[in-house]
Amino acid sequence: MHDASAHNQVAHHAPPTSFIRKHVFSLDHKVIGKQYYGLALVAVLVGMALSWLMRIHLGWTNFAIPGLHLLSKNGAPGNVMTPEFYLQLMTMHATIMVFFVLTTAPFAAFGNYFLPIQVGAEDMPFPHFNMMSFWVTFVAFLVLVSSFFVGQGPTLGGWTQYAPLSALGEVTGPGQGSGVVLWAISIAMFCVGQLLGSLNFITTTLDMRTRGMSLWRLPLSSWSWFITSCMGLTAFAVLMPACILLILDHVAGTSFFAPGGSVINDQVQPHSGGSTLLWQHLFWFFGHPEVYIAIVPGMGIVSHVLVTNMRKPMLSHRVLVYSFGALAVLSYMVYGHHMFVSGMNPVSSLAFSFPTLIITIPSTVIVLIWLGSLYGAKLRINAASLFSLGFISMFIAGGVSGFFLAQPSTDIMLHATYFVVGHFHMVMGVAAMFGIFAGTYFWFPKMFGRMMNETLGRIHFWFSFVGAYAIFMPFHYLGMAGNVRRYQAFTPDYMQPLVPLHQFITIAALVTGVAQLVFLYNLFHSRFWGKPASDNPWQATSLEWSTPTTPPPHNNFGDKLPEVYHDPYQYGVESSLGDYVMQASPEQVKTVHDEA
Amino acid sequence: MATTVHEPPKIDAGRDSTRLPGNGNSRNLVPADGKLPAVRDYSPPPASTGIWVVLASIGMSFLAFTSALVVRKAALDWQHLTLPPILYLNTLVLIASSFALEVARRRIGAFMRRRESQVASPTRWLYMALFLGLLFVAGQYGAWLQLRSQGLYLSTNPNSSFFYVLTAIHALHVLGGLTGLARVVYRLNKSILRKSTLDATAYYWHFMDGLWLYLLVLLWMKL
Amino acid sequence: MAKFFAITILVIAILSAIPILRHTWWMAEDISTHGAPIDEQMSETMAEAGISFLASQFILAFFIWKFSNPRPGEKIKNFPGGAKAMVWAAVLLVGTEVLALGVFGAKAWANVYFTPPSSSAMPVQVQSGQFAFYFRYPGPDGKFAPIHPELISESTQNFYGLDTNNDPDAKDDIVTAEMAIPVNREIHLLMHSKDVGHSFFVPELRVQQDFVPGLDLSLHFTATKVGRYEIVCTQLCGLGHYNMKAYLSVLSQQDFDDWMKKEAAMQ
Repeated sequence: MHDASAHNQVAHHAPPTSFIRKHVFSLDHKVIGKQYYGLALVAVLVGMALSWLMRIHLGWTNFAIPGLHLLSKNGAPGNVMTPEFYLQLMTMHATIMVFFVLTTAPFAAFGNYFLPIQVGAEDMPFPHFNMMSFWVTFVAFLVLVSSFFVGQGPTLGGWTQYAPLSALGEVTGPGQGSGVVLWAISIAMFCVGQLLGSLNFITTTLDMRTRGMSLWRLPLSSWSWFITSCMGLTAFAVLMPACILLILDHVAGTSFFAPGGSVINDQVQPHSGGSTLLWQHLFWFFGHPEVYIAIVPGMGIVSHVLVTNMRKPMLSHRVLVYSFGALAVLSYMVYGHHMFVSGMNPVSSLAFSFPTLIITIPSTVIVLIWLGSLYGAKLRINAASLFSLGFISMFIAGGVSGFFLAQPSTDIMLHATYFVVGHFHMVMGVAAMFGIFAGTYFWFPKMFGRMMNETLGRIHFWFSFVGAYAIFMPFHYLGMAGNVRRYQAFTPDYMQPLVPLHQFITIAALVTGVAQLVFLYNLFHSRFWGKPASDNPWQATSLEWSTPTTPPPHNNFGDKLPEVYHDPYQYGVESSLGDYVMQASPEQVKTVHDEA
Repeated sequence: MATTVHEPPKIDAGRDSTRLPGNGNSRNLVPADGKLPAVRDYSPPPASTGIWVVLASIGMSFLAFTSALVVRKAALDWQHLTLPPILYLNTLVLIASSFALEVARRRIGAFMRRRESQVASPTRWLYMALFLGLLFVAGQYGAWLQLRSQGLYLSTNPNSSFFYVLTAIHALHVLGGLTGLARVVYRLNKSILRKSTLDATAYYWHFMDGLWLYLLVLLWMKL
Repeated sequence: MAKFFAITILVIAILSAIPILRHTWWMAEDISTHGAPIDEQMSETMAEAGISFLASQFILAFFIWKFSNPRPGEKIKNFPGGAKAMVWAAVLLVGTEVLALGVFGAKAWANVYFTPPSSSAMPVQVQSGQFAFYFRYPGPDGKFAPIHPELISESTQNFYGLDTNNDPDAKDDIVTAEMAIPVNREIHLLMHSKDVGHSFFVPELRVQQDFVPGLDLSLHFTATKVGRYEIVCTQLCGLGHYNMKAYLSVLSQQDFDDWMKKEAAMQ
């Protein structure tokens, strides 16, 4: 039955016709990708709004924010935030951003949409699982947000949910009962969603590649999604059991994380023997890979966008891929650096310190390959490439501060200060966001058949780039001065002189945040009234630009799947199209370059 | 100025193109006349790759539970718990179930590779596997009842907590496997069963078996 | 646009470095005997991080300046060293750099954590709870009485759950809300939490250590400068976390003895 003639016949599965099947419970990876993007967009707006509230409070502690009391019954009497409400907002900001934005947008959204197209497949192999993956994630988001309206509001324990603050129930603070349970249910569901997603991503990459698409011919973005899904598979599989045990400590009275002999309000708590460090170990075993789950897809997207706009291939495709892989492997061996002062054996601290420092090497290789590839490029400046270059700048800035946190001795001074907050906001917050923006400006024409407004894109970039530095660089200074994080106000005397710097940050955050509305406007306006896009507006090479229509048809490639003849980034060549040849084109080309 | 002429464009031969029906998708199955002999495996490999992905992630979860148990065991309130004897019987039942499924799988496999012209009663063996699987879950429920009657509940002590959690989560996975088995039977009866589906289900089922043996040894040694 | 972008990167990089170079916001002065290697490590790390940061941003800016807006017909060029040069640069330069940091940092760390407190160190106990620290001195008998969690009571101010009626060891224990220590004397700090996780952070002393419920941990340090410093909690412990602090008074031996007498009289 396997004769060659049947080879490229696409089995026709008719596109769905009903509205529900088309737009709601769709099995089409492209629709699911867009749904993920929409979810991330809603989540990022919520998360950003929460950060504004926090920033205003940190700058001007007694400032009454009009209407704030509507958000919480007890959290804001007279519209002034209470300490517990500040912590609740902070926890929700972090949880929403880390899980529902930084994981869903670059990985689940773009990955879903473009991985199958970039490998030349009709869809993912398990479309029902894929649909479930989104809807479970969506419900997880609803569960998380619902905690604002249940009991005493959401949990205040921070996104890390350290036990026993998280395990003893409402006695430890408002939201530590039902809030924590809802948080843990939401995260456990999120894990299920991402595990299903990872299953699809891995099998798509391994099994669904079209003729000629060998692994080394995969674009860097596909590689990064593949590597990320391998990380997700193991990381989320560890967080889910931890969440289950945490839920049981609440609802079934077990003592997995709740130690014995805790005295709260003069009452000895009815638990015994639970291990608080156990939670930290399980959480960070997930937590550190999670950082790379957020950033590696960004690296892949940025490489993909840059290479197109540099009009030359990367210095080495393989070295980049190996470095992504090295990051993924090392990310499991370094999680203990979050626990240097947690009472873990000091020898373990050193043991975790060295792999953490070694992770600098693949990161440096990645940056140097990017920089080295820029040399001699014919760089095009547009919103997508600006954000990609901004990503590199941010990644460097956020990366070097990792030197301090990788060493237990310097970590003594910086642990739990704003230095840490600045570090991770730059390297996994802003950098990952820039990756999302770069991907959006780059792929929007393919996803919606219309171009985004370039001028608005550049305005958005300038405010975001300068704004991000203005917000997050000072965080490092605050940390050096010993400003502890997760404080709603600064009562210790030595921190009070730092308040003006906080006020500066708040203003920068508000301005930068408003600039994001430009992006939002651009997104919606271009969706409906943007200039119609051609099939390949960036003169790019990979398969997503070879689809017969834009946006791609239901089965991506129409009647015939493409065959792949070239490595992914054949730029700087002489071909009938100009300086590039598409992966799916059988044309023979030659490279012309100046001698260095 | 230098010019490099590239290798002529080629389809990378690294991939076995005969193994792949090109579109690489699972929708190219052609059920013939609803009869078993029409079943052929034209399916691409995602199911057979996917199952290893699934097993890896389940294995990882149980490793996490194991490490939790090992860490938690260091506390002073750790006691000894005698496993309910019915567990050993359940173990035999689960192994027998695996065996039955393997018989069915091999028979169908031999038929599909055309080693045999007829497939001998695979459905009967599948039902047997299904039934034994259900029996196992019922047996696990029996074990919980036995513990309850000793006054050992989920929150009584850390040992009982871990016992209930580990056995319950394993049982949930077994129930998932039973759903898969039921699906296999259904598809077989409708003549739309793919070999890769059958294989994936069987691997999952055997994995549940191995996982249970692992848990049994773990619980026996540590509790 | 590209040139403007390059200049922006340069300006931001330089502006970012200025407060660091000028120590506009910097660590508090070190008053501990073990802090010098930590500070030295901090400076060395800052030098390496700073150079890496500035160098890479400058290169990025330079390449953006130079290689954007190419003339029509211009061909791409390859980086002379190729990817190999980059990998070697990363492995040799950065690798040895960070490993050196790691080795020296390990020494600074070992200096603090791998040395046991001397036998003459003065024991002080600290108990953290939502949202206060309480300190305990053993009194003349040199013995800490056992703690009974069920006796802990805020209302009767029995913060440590001491059985003062039946336990002779408990009678002379001194519990305070402020920590006082004599200058130039090694302190062995015994830490435990009564409820959730907290942390003990005194920036001037160069110590930070979490309280882990269910685990007894300890720190040892010597303060070299008389003064009054803040102890803050750095581990999120609930709604009052921001306000959880205590004062550390480093006193001369004479003043310390007087303080101790005064506190003993107040028990």
